Amino acid sequence: MKNSILISTLIFMSLFVVFHSAFAQDTLKQNKFENAAANHKCLKCHEHRFYTYYNDLSDKNVIRRMNPFYVIDSASFYKQNHCTFQCVDCHDADYAKFPHNGQLQMEEMPTCIDCHEGDENTAKFHFENIYKEYKASIHFKEFGSNFSCWLCHNPHKYKVTARKSKDISKVIIYDNEMCLSCHSKEINFSVLSDSAPKNMIAAHDWLPNQKLHFQHVRCLDCHAKVQNGTMVDHDILPKGKAVKKCVNCHSKNTFLMATLYKFQSRRHRSKFGFLNATILNNSYVIGANRNYILNVVSVVLFALVIIVLIIHGILRIIKK
Amino acid sequence: MEEKIYLYPVWVRVWHWLNALLFFLLVFTGLSMQYAAKDSHLIPFNFSVTIHNICGIILVINFLFFAFANRFTWNGKYYKIQLKGYGRDLWKQIKFYSWGIFEKEPHPFPVTKERKFNPLQQLSYVIAMYLLLPLIIITGLGLMFPELTLTVLFGKSGIWLTDLFHQFLGFFLTIFWLIHLYFCTVGKTATSNFKSMIDGWH
Repeated sequence: MKNSILISTLIFMSLFVVFHSAFAQDTLKQNKFENAAANHKCLKCHEHRFYTYYNDLSDKNVIRRMNPFYVIDSASFYKQNHCTFQCVDCHDADYAKFPHNGQLQMEEMPTCIDCHEGDENTAKFHFENIYKEYKASIHFKEFGSNFSCWLCHNPHKYKVTARKSKDISKVIIYDNEMCLSCHSKEINFSVLSDSAPKNMIAAHDWLPNQKLHFQHVRCLDCHAKVQNGTMVDHDILPKGKAVKKCVNCHSKNTFLMATLYKFQSRRHRSKFGFLNATILNNSYVIGANRNYILNVVSVVLFALVIIVLIIHGILRIIKK
Repeated sequence: MEEKIYLYPVWVRVWHWLNALLFFLLVFTGLSMQYAAKDSHLIPFNFSVTIHNICGIILVINFLFFAFANRFTWNGKYYKIQLKGYGRDLWKQIKFYSWGIFEKEPHPFPVTKERKFNPLQQLSYVIAMYLLLPLIIITGLGLMFPELTLTVLFGKSGIWLTDLFHQFLGFFLTIFWLIHLYFCTVGKTATSNFKSMIDGWH
């Protein structure tokens, strides 16, 4: 009897867990797409390269090419950080009318700090520090207000990775693509520059084992000023100030612990250094990866050999 | 006075001293990379990398030359261990170095034209030259051409494991080097073996 009560309780509890998680997922989905219907009014044109409208003057349906910078991939939109947003949360509600009013072009777009400054929910990400670092960066110094957060963090696609991903290699690919989307892609580079982007491979010719470096570190790790105020450094340095000394990373107090591995190192820091961390699964940095036990064992063995040889030598001299 | 034997032909001496120089440079540049620090007094990291790579390549050539020459000259026979009675001879030599040498006993296996190395020397040279050196060369080439090295092995970085093994071999070769240097002083006089390796006469 006792057993059957126990079994039915267990069945009830497991059913509750199953239903509860299904329900929880459902609410999440609902939240994610809660503004999908409203957003569709914009996306029905803006998610396509071509859009169709009815031209009153010519009394015809006209197919037009969309400005490629205004094409929004809806699949990426609903996976990104601000997926629950309505288009009109950031853009003027008057965009609902077509053709759009030309004056709307003059609206000031909000940037990260406009919403996140003083926001208690995001206080731990230190948006104020990010903004301060960004203001000191070469991007802001060179282009002022023509540069903005959105040029790197595409507002319709941007998804936090460094903080959430356990796989460093994915973080590296994601972050580097952010830089390369302009610095090796002419169409985006030409938004701010008349010249073509430099060939990144040729520009880094001096770097030994270039491929390995590109696969295992981020552009940021050499090209941003190492600071403590944020988890990802935002003060992008001018070319001449980038890290070029091997020993900055290839050493015991490697820069990488304060840059690329900042998240991991805070989780796994221990006396035995890198070895027990997840870091080694992905890469090996000579000079930085040290094994405490092996170091001690080798020094002891080395000292023992020298001591034995010295004693042998002394005995030979004494017995001469 | 004992008659001198011409034991080290020119090619052996050239190979030996080149090997010694490369060894010296490889050990110090290797240590400088492994223990690199921003405020270090060791050789600068990038300079160490260049020197280590160049010396590594010369070492490969020098080793191939040594293996080839040993295969086709009489010098190779000194490295062939005769298994019959070898254990007993080895023990005799170990006993001599740990006891007899202090009691002024004669060397159990004096150097002759037929036997350049005593059994202990022979074993350590065979291990160093035909086991540790080829392995350190293979792992070194794996690090020089990382695209040839397995990326992941047992869930760990293949390059890290290769380098760990490379350092491990380097460590034992350095221990060999220390012991080798010390035992060079166990000649007729403390410096006579060094002189032999310069003029070729033992």
